Amino acid sequence: MSSQHVKRVDLIFEKIECRDVLKKIVDMEPDAISQEILDSDLKGRGGAGFPTGLKWRFAAKEKESIKYIICNADEGEPGTFKDREILDQVPGKVFCGMAIAGKAIGAKMGYVYLRGEYKFLIPKLNKELIEFHKTMDEFNQNFRIQIRLGSGAYICGEESALFESMEGKRGEPRNKPPYPTTSGLFGKPTVINNVETLVHTVMIMNYGAAHFRELGTKDSRGSKVFSISGDTPKAGIYELELGMTVDEFVNDFGDGDTKAVQVGGASGFCVPRKKFDETIIGFEGVPTGGSMKLFNSSRSMYNVLHNYLDFFTEESCGQCTPCRVGCQQLLKGVEAVKQGEKNSKYLDELVKLAKTMKRASKCGLGQSVGNAFGSIVENFKEEIIY
Amino acid sequence: MDTIIENELVRELANTHGRSRESLMPILQDLVVHNRFLSKQDMIDVARELDISAADVYGTATFYSFLDTEVRGKYVIRICKTISCAMKGKNEILGTIEEILKVKLGETTPDRKFSLLEANCIGWCHKAPAMLINDTPYTELTPRKVTEILREYIKN
Amino acid sequence: MVSLSVNGMLVKVPEGTTILDAAKKMNFRIPTLCQHDDLCVAGNCRVCVVEQLGAKSLVAACAVPVSEGMQILTNSLKVRSARKHIIELLLSEHNADCTKCYKNGMCELQNLSNEFAVGDHIFIDLNTIKEYTIDRFSPSIQKDDSKCIRCQRCVRTCEQLQGVNALTVAFKGDQQRITTFEDLSMAEVICTNCGQCINRCPTGALVERTYLDEVWDAILDPTKHVVVQTAPAVRVGLGEELGFEPGKRVTGQMVAALKRLGFDSVLDTDFTADLTIMEEGTELLTRLKRALVDKDSDVALPMTTSCSPGWVKFIEHTFPEYLPNVSSCKSPQQMFGALAKTYYADVRKLDPKDIVSVSIMPCTAKKYEANRPEMRSSGYKDVDYVLTTRELARMIKQAGVDFNMLKEDKYDSIMGASSGAGVIFGATGGVMEAALRTAYEIVTGREVPFENLNITPVRGMEGVRQASVLIEDCKEEWSFLNGVELKCAVAHGLVNARELMDGVKSGEINVHFIEVMACPGGCLGGGGQPIPTNEEIRRKRTEAIYAEDMSMEVRKSHENPEIISIYKEFLGEPLGHKSHELLHTHYTERVRY
Repeated sequence: MSSQHVKRVDLIFEKIECRDVLKKIVDMEPDAISQEILDSDLKGRGGAGFPTGLKWRFAAKEKESIKYIICNADEGEPGTFKDREILDQVPGKVFCGMAIAGKAIGAKMGYVYLRGEYKFLIPKLNKELIEFHKTMDEFNQNFRIQIRLGSGAYICGEESALFESMEGKRGEPRNKPPYPTTSGLFGKPTVINNVETLVHTVMIMNYGAAHFRELGTKDSRGSKVFSISGDTPKAGIYELELGMTVDEFVNDFGDGDTKAVQVGGASGFCVPRKKFDETIIGFEGVPTGGSMKLFNSSRSMYNVLHNYLDFFTEESCGQCTPCRVGCQQLLKGVEAVKQGEKNSKYLDELVKLAKTMKRASKCGLGQSVGNAFGSIVENFKEEIIY
Repeated sequence: MDTIIENELVRELANTHGRSRESLMPILQDLVVHNRFLSKQDMIDVARELDISAADVYGTATFYSFLDTEVRGKYVIRICKTISCAMKGKNEILGTIEEILKVKLGETTPDRKFSLLEANCIGWCHKAPAMLINDTPYTELTPRKVTEILREYIKN
Repeated sequence: MVSLSVNGMLVKVPEGTTILDAAKKMNFRIPTLCQHDDLCVAGNCRVCVVEQLGAKSLVAACAVPVSEGMQILTNSLKVRSARKHIIELLLSEHNADCTKCYKNGMCELQNLSNEFAVGDHIFIDLNTIKEYTIDRFSPSIQKDDSKCIRCQRCVRTCEQLQGVNALTVAFKGDQQRITTFEDLSMAEVICTNCGQCINRCPTGALVERTYLDEVWDAILDPTKHVVVQTAPAVRVGLGEELGFEPGKRVTGQMVAALKRLGFDSVLDTDFTADLTIMEEGTELLTRLKRALVDKDSDVALPMTTSCSPGWVKFIEHTFPEYLPNVSSCKSPQQMFGALAKTYYADVRKLDPKDIVSVSIMPCTAKKYEANRPEMRSSGYKDVDYVLTTRELARMIKQAGVDFNMLKEDKYDSIMGASSGAGVIFGATGGVMEAALRTAYEIVTGREVPFENLNITPVRGMEGVRQASVLIEDCKEEWSFLNGVELKCAVAHGLVNARELMDGVKSGEINVHFIEVMACPGGCLGGGGQPIPTNEEIRRKRTEAIYAEDMSMEVRKSHENPEIISIYKEFLGEPLGHKSHELLHTHYTERVRY
């Protein structure tokens, strides 16, 4: 296999003068900011891929005097660690992105919800925050940011669960509608963006929407920071152009023996070798919050699946039936099949159950458990049974 | 009955973070920083300060893996057990620590210096296996490296 | 108005209507479990998922409001398969020991499972993996986690209706459970034993502690004289358990049934409700005199009622600084119990040790109350066993009594006569109204100035109500009350009681007399009443209570002939020595968790 590089990009970690960007936006019409972001076709980098400009515009339209910007730094998806690096390397750009969003929707208050596992970043963030607030004062902007900590709950990355957590409650996702842009934190219109998304908005305001659109494909514009781990000699964080195939990716990052790539973490999809060619990494193919995990032929996909199911069984908030009980059934079910207590037909029942979980769960967690389950069982059935 | 003995720490934390519901998490988090876990009495006192029910405090705390309601040691070790770390020898690291501290997973040493727990993905997959000791991450662990790290903590 | 289609049929409903209600309008019933009319939307159980054409996933009908042009399918293939899966999942974590379950035949999960013809359990039984123990420590409520399906109705009830928050959701994922502070037993925490959670639990996870066997044993023991008292609200609820529509009054049939069950004497809590008015009314007037004439600043006002044991325990836990404000009167049940083994025993020439005193209550907190150590002023346990309305219905069924065919019968005497004022103790505002009917007349010598004695300002379903009565032209001994505007407040449901007490605490609410009933609607909505409950059902029971009042010959407590004679023959006077010994009690500050 010939090793070929996929295109590296250096936008997210590029050191720029945030002051200059802020100076530019303070005099802009809020709607012009949203328009610029809309024009860029930027989609959320947390995984769900909602158009960022549209989200801002929805919130901007709300006639409420209090609105919030939240930076979702509750990066908990297994295999994802890029937000930690972004916050560590370019925290000022994250705050700058929040200020841009605040200007666009008319919010005076922003919060960073940082996962408890990243608490060690706090001193650095606080230091940077002082600088940021000084700059805000200088530009006569009264936008303020506070940092809130999570305490070890994957589900709090789900936006409405995050609001609940910030309100001092159990991080249980809410019913939707209403959506956050109408009723989010404390019932107020709220824009919640991923760390990386916010930094992209800074770069778009800096270089213009057209510059952003030069990269990527029609459905997946721009670049994306990937968290690459597993059986790879090049584990780490890379900013890559969207739209490559898994094959191209594996050629660059594989160890020569890659049998599967899990795209999008535990809640994402498992792509087997035979589909590397045809699978595009992006919103037109398999979307990802950035997690790319490679497995070589020494790995048991049963162990992989079991690990994921164990994760979901513990991290489900537990409020809705399909997710709470479904996760336990999938986990106990594959164990029973592996041990021969249930026959291989039982796997088909479990696949049907995973479908129900996808359709009937209350939030994205329960709805996405079936992704990994379905794709691993479909492609590695023998490894699950024997 | 329920005589009120001043809980200075809880009062102080409530003064700092406020007494509305959204202050609950920061208060509990700081209590964990001080005591490594939430005692029954602390939860009752927090409930009193915030004028909410103690059951509510308990229900909220138990939702979060880091807000322990069981006695924990001065140093809480959380070894990541999610896929990358599991693939890269997490069990070996766990075994090494169990041997050094003479405790099993989930237990606390009798001198209440260490608790040994697992955690779900802590975000260091590219440098697996990884663990947290209180808030500090340690990555690319090997049995030798973890032995050295623990030796420092044992000394302190 | 919003137009949408449900299963192809067009319907127009007001904006904000849920899909569930829109479908109901078209006569499509969508199954539910976590949804309850009295509670906020949860959207947890997912049993009510329906297909919205064009949507990626199914939507919860209880939680999603209709939108223009929405096309809903309530019974599509996708819906049916998901719904069946969900029921099967619930069953896999549920101890489906149905034939041995107290709720057998009255379980919403069982009904759903039957409706969807869930046969062999396809999923692995998770219930047996988890080690559950049944919490039987509370004398009122039994909690069996193995039957819990985590719908959270109980938690929402405890929070939204009662403001108690004794129950909480704790932990997450597969460890998630409904529990109390630190997983303590229900007997050790702030639980008021109101039983509202039982009324809303869809399964057998929360049920009353039952004393049916003990009562049958007593009845069938020839050496025992078993007296039974029936609370006011039982007569307007019991019918629902026995095939009648809500709001049916079955007083006479109930008395007839109790006699057929073998109780030696069928008596009425309404009698001691009237007695409570005499004692409590006098207590209020005495406190007012101390405040207004003696200028005694220590006198605790406002005075609150003490009939509702859920309220009493609530204030003991939550507002202990207001314990002196609670009337020292025992509740009618406990007054009855104390008199059954003293006054009644004397008159009927019985040895009190041979008397077994049973009460039929709309309430689970009464079970706790009867077990309080201070409730032994007869020298014995004043009330031996407390049964709920539901338990009585079960006894009637067990005994094979054909309730529908029974001819009305009358209460025995003594302690069986009552007034309309005693009956309305079963509805929120009723104690207040009964007290005013008597107190006003004692003070002025005239009837309360309301048409037909119906003091409508204190009636109704508003959570907190305030009213006042101007006292004029008093009798000479009460002249200090001339011109006083007697101010009262009424709350039902403990969340409203909390609001009221917060108002008192802050000074916003300034009244003389407060009535609190722990349950929504008062005792008629009690935790021992028939299931289901909702506002409509409670309204019908309320109407029945007031109709019963209107039908009574005597409408005022002080005119109850048996009340007049008990003071003459036994008690002497209200708040007298004997009253203090038998009819009054004290309270205890309790833990905050």
